[in-house]
Amino acid sequence: MGKKSVIPFGPQHPVLPEPLHLDLVVEDEVVIEATPQIGFVHRGLERLVQTRDYNQFIYVAERICGICAFGHSMGYAETIERLMGVEIPKRAEYLRVIWHELSRVHSHILWLGLAADAFGHEALFMHCWRLRERVLDLFEKTTGGRVIFSVVKVGGVQRDIDASMLNQFVSVLEGIMGEYQQICRAFLEDSSVRNRTSGVGVISTERALDLSMVGPFARASNVPYDVRSLGNGAYGDLSDFQPIVSSNCDCYARMEVRAAEVIQSIAIIKELAAKIPAGDIAVPVKGAPAVDSEACNVVEQPRGECYYYAKGNGTKYLDRMRMRTPTSQNLAGMAVALNGCDIADVNMIVLTIDPCISCTER
Amino acid sequence: MGAFKLGNMTFGSLFKKPETVKYPVEKKPQPEGLKGLIAIDVNNCILCGMCDRSCPTDCITVDKAESYWSIDRFACIQCNYCVTVCPKGCLSMRPDYAPAGATRQALRFDVPKQEKAAKKETPKAEPKQAEAKAEKAPEESKPACASADVRDEVLEAKLAGMDPEKASKVRAALGL
Ligand code: SF4
Ligand code: SF4
Repeated sequence: MGKKSVIPFGPQHPVLPEPLHLDLVVEDEVVIEATPQIGFVHRGLERLVQTRDYNQFIYVAERICGICAFGHSMGYAETIERLMGVEIPKRAEYLRVIWHELSRVHSHILWLGLAADAFGHEALFMHCWRLRERVLDLFEKTTGGRVIFSVVKVGGVQRDIDASMLNQFVSVLEGIMGEYQQICRAFLEDSSVRNRTSGVGVISTERALDLSMVGPFARASNVPYDVRSLGNGAYGDLSDFQPIVSSNCDCYARMEVRAAEVIQSIAIIKELAAKIPAGDIAVPVKGAPAVDSEACNVVEQPRGECYYYAKGNGTKYLDRMRMRTPTSQNLAGMAVALNGCDIADVNMIVLTIDPCISCTER
Repeated sequence: MGAFKLGNMTFGSLFKKPETVKYPVEKKPQPEGLKGLIAIDVNNCILCGMCDRSCPTDCITVDKAESYWSIDRFACIQCNYCVTVCPKGCLSMRPDYAPAGATRQALRFDVPKQEKAAKKETPKAEPKQAEAKAEKAPEESKPACASADVRDEVLEAKLAGMDPEKASKVRAALGL
């Protein structure tokens, strides 16, 4: 038995896109305990509801996260619509879901690239990000932004997507399918990738449930929990939706789940683009949330379930706005997955939860 | 199983056109709806201050007394909210990115006073619809020139501040 030592990991580390600090207690190159620490990028966004009215706050909400920007603006808008009893047009619901699924495609492809980078496959990383550009171009054409879209508003959406553009969505996504499948083969069948990821950072299904893990991280441990299956908004109109799960419970499974979710999202976009009803894209919202009115909402972000809570006080300014982001749910699971792993696998395991620390700290 | 699953794709890339463009010689086309910068049609502005009050980053200042409208482009987050609240429809989102700047200062646009006074008096007698129409027509033709003005103004201000040799190079590069 070797001597115990503590290795600090992060907040600045080449593999981490975001500031997370880990104290790794190491013995013979094996991690026996990992203590995560966050708090480096707290921005106090929730407090801004006191100085921004409920219409303005949507632009703050979408800045919670640069990758799930669309999901946050949608989740926030839905919460306020519930708070004020607003029913939005069907077309707006469809458009929101189409954009939201498109952002899942871009988020997962981005993550696959980062994972490739974490296990040292630079070429794979670049090919992933090259494909992601196509998706970002679609966003730019329809919303005017590449990362932050400012296209949702309380009561609907600000821009419409016409039929020819929807067809373009479908054709671009079908166009990248061939290349995407080659990339998936590299992730899922390449022996060098498999050696690096299978059997690493295993969390059993029971443990995943105990730790309340969410999103692809939980689904890779065979927990069939996906908020989309609740059928909120246009998700209710899908002909069939089954959460994608894997029973391998390791880093390989997490890659497998995300890789398959991209294909699932593309199928959802195709289905909704064919079904989208005509009509208005927004309803006017007047007045303010009632005193002591409360509403909550859940949205399946690319990283997992995100919970929103809002409380009104009779003015245009909310009394309280709270979000619980998927990463804060998954940090505990990450610390458990790190126990007993090899020091060289730490970056892979940290990355497989797809940590989004800025969301967590807001 | 087996390694080099990405071999085909990587090898293929050797013979493909590069994905990236040679910026700034070559530029990617900007889509029409791009959120670039906020332009104002000063002739239509009534200095009501709605945009000032609704901007989430407080980057617009409307001064009725001195009759100007100003924007701090460094603080603007291109959220488009001001465009949606303006009662006269005189703000628009242009599909050009704001030019980079070395110093941070608010851009000031003087709003002509006399036109406003004239407008206020005339439409009163007319029915509302006619009024709306009369205002819509100039609106549609304006934004294009408004944006060109904004860009030129910013550019000229910046070029004036540079040393002449550099400025001429920039001019040549921009094809001015
Ligand atoms: S730009 Fe529009 S909203 Fe702003 S002061 Fe002028 S008229 Fe009012
Ligand atoms: S686009 Fe948004 S941030 Fe920019 S001036 Fe308008 S309201 Fe303010």
